Amino acid sequence: MITVGIDLGTQSVKAVILKDGAVISRGQAFSGFDPAKAAEQAVGEALKKVKLSINDVDHVTATGSGMDMAPYSNSTISMMGADAKAGVYLFPKARTIIDVGAEEARAVKCDEKGFMVDFVVNERCAAGAGAFIEAMARALEVKLEDMGPLSLKAERASPINATCVIFGESDVVTLIHRQESKPEIARAVFDAMADRVSSMVHRLGINPDVVLVGGVAKDDGFVASLKRKLGVDVLIPEYPEFAGALGAALIAVSRVKETQK
Amino acid sequence: MKETPKKDDVEYWRWQEYRRVLSDKKWNNKDIITAGVDVGSVGSKAVIMLDDEVYSWGIMRTGSNSPESAKKALSWAMEGTGLRLNDLKYIVGTGYGRVNVPMANKAITEIACHAKGANYIWGPSVRTVLDVGGQDIKAIHCDETGRVTSFLMNDKCAAGTGRGMEVFADLLKIPIEEIGEFSLKVDEEPPPVSCTCVAFAKTEAMGFLRKGWSKEKVLAAYTHAMAIRMGNLVKRVGLEREFVITGGQSKNIGIVTRIEKALGVKCLPMPNWRESGLDPMVAGAIGAALFAKALYEKAQKS
Repeated sequence: MITVGIDLGTQSVKAVILKDGAVISRGQAFSGFDPAKAAEQAVGEALKKVKLSINDVDHVTATGSGMDMAPYSNSTISMMGADAKAGVYLFPKARTIIDVGAEEARAVKCDEKGFMVDFVVNERCAAGAGAFIEAMARALEVKLEDMGPLSLKAERASPINATCVIFGESDVVTLIHRQESKPEIARAVFDAMADRVSSMVHRLGINPDVVLVGGVAKDDGFVASLKRKLGVDVLIPEYPEFAGALGAALIAVSRVKETQK
Repeated sequence: MKETPKKDDVEYWRWQEYRRVLSDKKWNNKDIITAGVDVGSVGSKAVIMLDDEVYSWGIMRTGSNSPESAKKALSWAMEGTGLRLNDLKYIVGTGYGRVNVPMANKAITEIACHAKGANYIWGPSVRTVLDVGGQDIKAIHCDETGRVTSFLMNDKCAAGTGRGMEVFADLLKIPIEEIGEFSLKVDEEPPPVSCTCVAFAKTEAMGFLRKGWSKEKVLAAYTHAMAIRMGNLVKRVGLEREFVITGGQSKNIGIVTRIEKALGVKCLPMPNWRESGLDPMVAGAIGAALFAKALYEKAQKS
């Protein structure tokens, strides 16, 4: 049985292909102006790697903020539902899944079967999402991927106001003028963001194991800050940005099984 | 969220920096020459006043270095006038970067300066001032002398400020100066967008364009939402006539029209600022220069 999960995020589209419930391929493309086309590209790339065509696929499930625009899709699943499913699949003891993407941050509480029990999301505000790091990297004139390694060199933290991405930029500029070093400012940025995310998680209650997924999970700087703020260990899978797509592909498996009954 | 376009692209968000010297006026050492320097988050403004009258002013983009931006704006306002820093009897710094105005004799909050400046520009009947800058929205209540009686500002979130307009100008490829006019070119006012977070502005706009909305309609929906946010702040501080708008958005006709509609009152009309120097965009700097004169006179007496 071949199933596909597509996660149409605000910045990029991710696709995961499963054969009998095990990952065999992944694909990714920038969302750009036309997320549907990006999804075709991501799925096409993933299929090509394993020499399959879309006709070989039994079920496609879409998720992400652009799921309504997904091509090929037979069904959809909420982003929280996909996170819960993927989190427990990757780490069976996971009960709290944190997903931090480009414009969204959310925390999902789930049961041992990977069903969502409760969730919290950042609404109408970018302060706890990846866009925050991007904006701050620009203010610091540092490459996005260098922010994490830089922050880990900091000896101490200088607090910044993180209630708003735009105000955060001003704070970073102020710190630059106070001659704070770049590592310390980078650390301050991650601490501020981790503050926002951990306060979201606290609203749910922290149930170990805690898993972090989403593109921002690849940033060691953020991970270090989040672990400090939460005070618990945080597990990260090998391909954290594909968790949503993986969850959707797993949901596709159960949907195929339902129809076979 | 990308705000800096490629070099070969037109930078639609980049508003015109400008300066003016009122050539019918001549300065001499008998006058009390003062300056107000307003270092905002986005624009740096400097105004030179002779006694109580505006003589010259300049507005430029605030760079990453506030003290440097303050110096540049002030020397731009003085350029070609023959004035030197020594001729200025007293300088007041204001704005978000006010503590970083190196040549200032004193720093005063922009709330006080905007009320003072609005009182000077439109006269003693002004009671409510809405100042909308690059990342600030302030609703200020003042008395007939321009003294602040109460105020409210957006302290936690930059949603609905001028920065969002810059993002939209860039994305829709409409010069920022024309954006207000453009937003009014709709047959029917669309409902306001649900979210005015500046960081989300781009995604929000792309969503509507994908739905097939015209650029005008997208802008109208965003401007509408901004105006509601601003109007609510004014309502919370208490609207009392006369009402005026200062700061960069005072020149955005799309915003002004919609705030008037949301509040059900007309703003006092925009003065003939090019000739009179009564430029609402530099109300804060004018207020600062007026405080400078008062402080200088006080110092002379004691």
